Amino acid sequence: MKFRTPFGGRIDRQELLPFAFDGRTYQGYRGDTLASALLANGVHLVGRSFKYHRPRGIFSAGAEEPNALVTVGRDTARTTPNLRATQVELYRNLNAHSQNRWPSLEFDVGRINDVLSRFFPAGFYYKTFMWPRGAWKSVYEPLIRRAAGLGRAPTLPDPDRYAQRYAHCDVLVVGAGPAGLAAALTAANAGARVILCDEQCELGGSLLSDPAVGIEGKNSSEWLKSTLARLKENAQVSLLPRTTAFGYFPHNLIGLNQRLTDHMDVAPDHLPRERLWQVRARHVLLATGALERPLIFPGNDKPGVMLAGAAHTYLHRYGVRVGSKAVIVTCDDDAYQTALDLKAAGVEIAAIADVRGSIEGPLAAAARAAGIPISAQSTVLNTRGDTHISGVTLGVTRTGSPPQRQHIDCDALLMSGGHTPSVHLFSQSRGKLDWSDPLKAFVPGRSAEAEHSAGACRGIYGLQQVLADGAHAAAQALELSVPLNSFEVDAVERRHDSYLGALPGDTSRRKSFVDWQHDVTTRDLALATREGFHSIEHVKRYTTTGMATDQGKTSNLNAMAIVAERLNRPIPQVGLTTFRMPYTPVSFGSFAGVSRMELFDPIRTTPMHAWAQAQGAPFENVGLWKRAHYFPRGGETMHAAVARECRAVRDSVGMFDASTLGKIEVVGPDAAEFMNRLYINNWTNLAVGRTRYGILLREDGFVYDDGVVARLAADRFHVTTTTGGAPRVLALMEDYRQTEWPQLKVWLTSTTEQWAVIAVQGPNARKVIEPLIEGIDITAKAFPHLSVARGKILGLPMLLFRVSFTGELGFEINVPSDHGLEVWEAVYAAGAAFGITPYGTEAMHVLRAEKGYIIVGQETDGTATPDDAGLSWAIGKNKTDFVGMRSLQRPAMKRADRKQLVGLKPKDGRSVLDEGAQVCERPAQRPPMQLIGHVTSSYAASTVGFPIALAMIAGGRARVGATLYVSQPTGDIEVEVSSPVFYDPEGVRVNG
Amino acid sequence: MADAAWMRVKPQGSRLILQGDAAARSAAASVWGVPFSEEPCRAQTRGERATLWLGPDEHLLWQASREIALPIADLEQALGAHPHSLVDVSHRQVALEILGPHAATILAGACPLDLSAREFPVHMCTRTVLAKAEIVLWRTAPDAFHVEVWRSFLSYARALLSEIGREFSGAP
Repeated sequence: MKFRTPFGGRIDRQELLPFAFDGRTYQGYRGDTLASALLANGVHLVGRSFKYHRPRGIFSAGAEEPNALVTVGRDTARTTPNLRATQVELYRNLNAHSQNRWPSLEFDVGRINDVLSRFFPAGFYYKTFMWPRGAWKSVYEPLIRRAAGLGRAPTLPDPDRYAQRYAHCDVLVVGAGPAGLAAALTAANAGARVILCDEQCELGGSLLSDPAVGIEGKNSSEWLKSTLARLKENAQVSLLPRTTAFGYFPHNLIGLNQRLTDHMDVAPDHLPRERLWQVRARHVLLATGALERPLIFPGNDKPGVMLAGAAHTYLHRYGVRVGSKAVIVTCDDDAYQTALDLKAAGVEIAAIADVRGSIEGPLAAAARAAGIPISAQSTVLNTRGDTHISGVTLGVTRTGSPPQRQHIDCDALLMSGGHTPSVHLFSQSRGKLDWSDPLKAFVPGRSAEAEHSAGACRGIYGLQQVLADGAHAAAQALELSVPLNSFEVDAVERRHDSYLGALPGDTSRRKSFVDWQHDVTTRDLALATREGFHSIEHVKRYTTTGMATDQGKTSNLNAMAIVAERLNRPIPQVGLTTFRMPYTPVSFGSFAGVSRMELFDPIRTTPMHAWAQAQGAPFENVGLWKRAHYFPRGGETMHAAVARECRAVRDSVGMFDASTLGKIEVVGPDAAEFMNRLYINNWTNLAVGRTRYGILLREDGFVYDDGVVARLAADRFHVTTTTGGAPRVLALMEDYRQTEWPQLKVWLTSTTEQWAVIAVQGPNARKVIEPLIEGIDITAKAFPHLSVARGKILGLPMLLFRVSFTGELGFEINVPSDHGLEVWEAVYAAGAAFGITPYGTEAMHVLRAEKGYIIVGQETDGTATPDDAGLSWAIGKNKTDFVGMRSLQRPAMKRADRKQLVGLKPKDGRSVLDEGAQVCERPAQRPPMQLIGHVTSSYAASTVGFPIALAMIAGGRARVGATLYVSQPTGDIEVEVSSPVFYDPEGVRVNG
Repeated sequence: MADAAWMRVKPQGSRLILQGDAAARSAAASVWGVPFSEEPCRAQTRGERATLWLGPDEHLLWQASREIALPIADLEQALGAHPHSLVDVSHRQVALEILGPHAATILAGACPLDLSAREFPVHMCTRTVLAKAEIVLWRTAPDAFHVEVWRSFLSYARALLSEIGREFSGAP
């Protein structure tokens, strides 16, 4: 570790950590980032740029890093591309790889793009690759996709676990630098519930790399230690390091991404890798600091060119010298301190080139006294070196004369264009940004939420002012009137200036980078404005400036300034592009949390599920429910099983698990009136102990749901709904009850899961259940079709329906769910003598289709009226109103050529139609064909002897007997239009 | 699936949903033996029985044991002419108890409410969600929550909470 200082920094020099980069082994210390450890080993070249494949080095020491993007992986599945090396904490045997290079980082074939760059101007995407047209999909796009994009996504499923947590607090402080710490202390002292989060592994922000300053008589690291101890002690305060506030959502909901195990040598199994926090905060205090602004000059992207503040951090926090001979270009006093500190650590400072005209103040004096050459009104004309900077050409401007050139050899070029307040989260909160001329930056203006910004993120620099501002912001948020700590600070006075746009002397002959990650140069921006892109949003999309994963943290303001200058407009008029979440990339795993694999969605099963499973039934997903699809015996195919199940129901008896049907108990003196207003049927004349097939429309007159409704008492209806429709029917009912008819004395209770439902269907159904039942005479005369009664089965309470969705004599046994399996098994045993056959949803579908019974959502598609579905008979005579009635009066709803439910029989007696296939009047038409309807249900297995289908056909009922053609991939199939009732059209069997 | 020590399924509860006005509630209270909270989101407990406020005109009547039959006929008689709805939902849902010092933290992994003692005190109850399952959440003690979940969502709720609670290594 040639570039490691002999002492200092916050690293643990006792713990040496081996790690690998591009297959070579190095050593670092606990407390290093990958970037600091590489720099300690003299490694600057860490990646190739996106477009030109130029060699790139470590640029910053934090989240803004545009260059040092690496892939880090513990194994093949645990591989993450595009991590900023500046934020990757070093652990034992960390294995990292550079990206976007082939065959190697030192020699990259893609570099040819740099030479050919005049063929890849901004927007080249839109200009090239337009011809020949067919080549886009087959040649250009695959090529571009392979060449573009950084890193490779892992190919194996992510084996890590991710957690989520909701949290609530009085004050969420984002950023644990001096402003955030002062704010948290103030809020905590006032008794508030506080969450303090920071993206770094240690709380402290700038204090972590400023050990020399004093606060309240202590040096900054001692002050930090005691402050954190005080916060930790307070049970109302949660401290969250390694936690990025990545998104600001409405009503002070903040998304935090906490990394729990990425820094560990071995991630323990019980810990999630990351946690997504959704924090609802009464007040949000943003103390997100400021990012150093780079300077724009030719060759400003060579490895070894970096932000001066980053060099400062590497020195003080990690004990790393970023070079042995440095040149500093700056417009801000901070870089003078960096120069002095680097010099003290043994780095030769070849020059400080100050962009400003005058250089004053104690730091400049100290630099002069230390013998550092300083020049004012300076600029950078060019840099030398390929995979590492080897020298710089400075230009010293004097009024009226051209810049004087000065060549200096160096291995580090440190730049500071002042600071840009981090207003990302403030902007996401929809707060208004104000332009500040003195700061040459946007600062938070009016807040849109209960939010306060404090410290450098609102352009307040200087430690004492920042600390005071943090305390003040907390006091303002909580409306405290206590005297606030003034935080006596012992630090040298500094002048803070900033620079915007390209430095003087930038020429179009060389590349001066504005956006390092997306390889956008001053040339590209100039081209975009020349080609007529004047809105910053258009310039952004055309040049892709600020659109990389760093979202232009270091480039947006400079890009905007360059455009403003080109267009000769004031900067605020050019404006800023919108900041969007996430502040830094967040893993998909974090967003998914535990909602994956079997926890992706609830899997709902009925009380009889295990029985069906034991019988080997495959299951069908119906909403969240698992329903037995069919019950194969031996090596039976689905087709054979369904045919056998249908036969059994027609010939003897079958049983079916109907527990998933939605059930709603509608109770109260006004229950019948409520039902009358909702459903199309008449309920007043439904006697207690009787049931009726009910149909529910939406306001627009289209069928919404259907089901059997039983009247259990004068004031009590038991309404059944479709399986998938249960929640939305209850919601619709509650909506009308609470908002339209609050005066009705009626209440709704979902009883879907209270009852297990066993349908026993077939000519022998009565014989099977009769011996099990007490208290109900179920003879045909005493208990006719559509009856309902309470009784007992096996001594258990039961609600028995005589209903049929098969066209056969049928009963539905409702028992409290805990007893469902027990009763099911008893019915199965009792039915053995009759060959009782359990059947699944597929046989149920076939049996009902043979009878022309619709399934809502299959025959209907949200545009079918009751009449379209052949159900106008159900509309209550003399009804004056029901939901949807008025819509049914519209002329369009009564047209004779509306699609109507019919049956289709293949003329050849064996062709099976495709569900969804289109129907036409004439075969083999040339496009555009005239389509008159579509197949809604189609089944090969059937007890009527041929495949059957239901269809919605324009004016279908008038076409019965006509020949139509169904268009299928194999050709047109000739069909005859029939009644939708294929089986037992007189309906005698159901009354058996 | 074995549950962690901090999670317990209580299979044997009985439940009724009573809907109606304050007069109906006071008539029912005389039979049920537990007063009905008129304060939103509060439960009242007397021995084996409790009443949970779910809405301005809706309460859940909970009985810990199934040994005692639900007094539905007596309740209906007492309710008499007061407009109301009384529905047995004993088998509709299952109770799950979440216990121990991490109970609130584990629930906060899937429930968006503020479960601090200040905002969700003992005796508070409410309808809410546990990720994708609807639940009724009731704090019965500082470190104990009673969760009512529809029976077909039980296995989801258990697996979800087990996964969330794994980082606490099963220790209450």
